[in-house]
Amino acid sequence: MATFIEIKKAVKSFGSLQALNGVDLSVQKGEVVLIIGPSGSGKSTLLRSINRLERLDSGSISIDGESVTDEGSDIRHIRQEVGMVFQSFNLFPHLKVIDNITLSPTTVLKMSKEEALGNARKLLAKVGLSEKEHSWPDELSGGQQQRVAIARALAMNPKVMLFDEPTSALDPEMIKEVLDVMIDLAKEGMTMLIVSHEMGFAKAAADRIIFMDAGQIVEEAPPETFFSSPREERTRRFLEHIL
Amino acid sequence: MAKGSPRSERDSKGSARPTINVTDGTLIPLKDEGGLLSAWNISFFGAIALLVALPLFSPDPYLRILSFVPDGLFATFSVTIISICFALIIGLFAGLGRISQRAWVNRIATVYVEIIRGIPLLVQLFYIYYALGPLLRLQGPPAAILAMSICYGAYMAEIFRAGIQAIPKGQMEAALALGMSRSSAMRRIIIPQTIRVILPPIGNEFIALLKDSSLVSILAVSDLLRRGREYASTSFRYFESYTVIALIYLVMTLFFSRLVAIMEERLRHRGNVH
Ligand SMILES: Nc1ncnc2c1ncn2[C@@H]1O[C@H](COP(=O)(O)OP(=O)(O)OP(=O)(O)O)[C@@H](O)[C@H]1O
Ligand SMILES: [Mg+2]
Repeated sequence: MATFIEIKKAVKSFGSLQALNGVDLSVQKGEVVLIIGPSGSGKSTLLRSINRLERLDSGSISIDGESVTDEGSDIRHIRQEVGMVFQSFNLFPHLKVIDNITLSPTTVLKMSKEEALGNARKLLAKVGLSEKEHSWPDELSGGQQQRVAIARALAMNPKVMLFDEPTSALDPEMIKEVLDVMIDLAKEGMTMLIVSHEMGFAKAAADRIIFMDAGQIVEEAPPETFFSSPREERTRRFLEHIL
Repeated sequence: MAKGSPRSERDSKGSARPTINVTDGTLIPLKDEGGLLSAWNISFFGAIALLVALPLFSPDPYLRILSFVPDGLFATFSVTIISICFALIIGLFAGLGRISQRAWVNRIATVYVEIIRGIPLLVQLFYIYYALGPLLRLQGPPAAILAMSICYGAYMAEIFRAGIQAIPKGQMEAALALGMSRSSAMRRIIIPQTIRVILPPIGNEFIALLKDSSLVSILAVSDLLRRGREYASTSFRYFESYTVIALIYLVMTLFFSRLVAIMEERLRHRGNVH
C-alpha cells in the first residue's frame, strides 16, 4: 500500500506555546487512524494542519503526492478532497439540511442541481436521515446534526475524512448513531483520521492508535497491542485516566 | 474553537443563536407585559387620539397646523431614508474595515468610527454646512444627508462589525473546509447569517436617525420640525404647533419601534428568515 498522507517534522506554535513539536506521520490509503491524547496535546492542531486551517511554521504535509504546505499549492482543490467533521457540527443554520449538503457540490464543483440533489438524497439515506431533507438544522438533535455534517462532507466525494472529536458535544444516547455511520465509512475503505476518545470505536474500526502528548507522537500501535501493552509510561498513565 | 468545553458554543441541540447588544441608538420598548395598558399602548394610542381629537374639537389652529406640515413630513422621511441607505453602505465597508486583517485598512476604519462617534451630530451638521460650506458648496438638504450618512455610517459600522463577529468562527472554517473561497463563504454563509442578526439594531438606528433628522431643520431643510416652527412663528401659536409636531414624532417612533420589536421577536423565535 502506498503512503497517502505524509506528514514530516510538523512544527506549529501559537506565540510561545508549542502546539506541534515535530510530528512525523504517514497514513496509508484506506487506513483508519485514531488520535488520542490529553487536552492541549496538539491533536486538533495536527488535524487542522492537514487541510491548512492552520499553517505550519515548518515541516511539510502532502496528500496523495500533492503538497498542502507549499504556498503555491491549490489549497482549495486539496480541501475539496479532504472532508472535515467538527465537534460543534458547524451546519449552516440559514440553510435547510438538503441545501447544507448540496451547496458545495453545486458552487465549488459546479455539479448540476439535479445531480447534487440525487447525491445528497443518497447520502441522507446512508446516514439514516432521509425524512429530514427539508428540516432546518436547529430542528435536529445533536446526533442528527452531526450525521448531516458527515453527509455534507461526503458530498464532496473526499479521499480522506478528518474527524475532530465528532461525538464529544453529544449526549451519550446519541453517540452510537454517529459512531455507526463512521464505522460503516471505515468499512467501505475510507481513509480516516479521527480525534476521539471513544474506545468502542477504536476497537471496532481503528487500524492504528496514535497517542500524542505535548505536541509529539509518543506512541503508536494497532488497537490490540496499544491497549494491552502500552510501551510508554505516559501512555499508560493516560489510558488509566480514560479507560 | 480549539479549546474550551464542548458545549460552550452550543446547547445540546447544537443550536447557536447569535445575538448582539448594541447600546447606542434608541430604546426599543422592552416588553413590559402591561397588556392593554402597556406603556407603548398608552403612548401610541394616546398620541393618535389626541391627533384626531384636537383638530376635531378645535379646528383652529389644530387642523390648520395638520394641513401645514405634510410637506415637512415628506422632507423628514426623504432625508431619513436617503441617509440610512448611504449610512448602510458606508457602514458595511467601514465595518468590514474594522475586522480587516490589513493593518492600515483597519486603522482607517477605526479612526473614522472613533472621530465620528466622538463629535455630536449637531456639530457635524454645522461643520459640513457652515465650516466646509465654502468648499463643498452644498445646499441644505444634500449637506444634511451627507452629514447624517457619515455620522450614522460610523454607528452602522459597529453594528456590521459586531454582527459579523457574532457568527461562530466554525462557520467560516466549515465553508473553507468544503473548498469554498473566503469571499464565497462570506457571501453565502457569513453575510446571510449576519443580516438576520443585525436587522433589529439597524431598525433601531433607523428610528434614531428619524428622530435626529429634526436637527437638519437648522440647515434650511423644510422638515417636519421646521414646518412647525414656520407655522408657529407666523401664527404665534407656539404651544399648539409644537404639541402637534411632538405628537407626530411620537407616533412615528412608537410605530417603528413596535415594528422592530416584532421583527426581533420573529428572528429570535425562528432563527431562519424564510
Ligand atoms: N488559535 C489558537 N491560538 C492560540 N493557541 C492555540 C490556538 N489553537 C490551539 N492553541 C493551543 O495549542 C495547544 C494545542 O491545542 P490543540 O487544540 O491542538 O489541542 P488538543 O489536543 O486538540 O486539545 P483538546 O483535547 O482540548 O481539544 C493548546 O495549548 C492550545 O491552547
Ligand atoms: Mg482539540
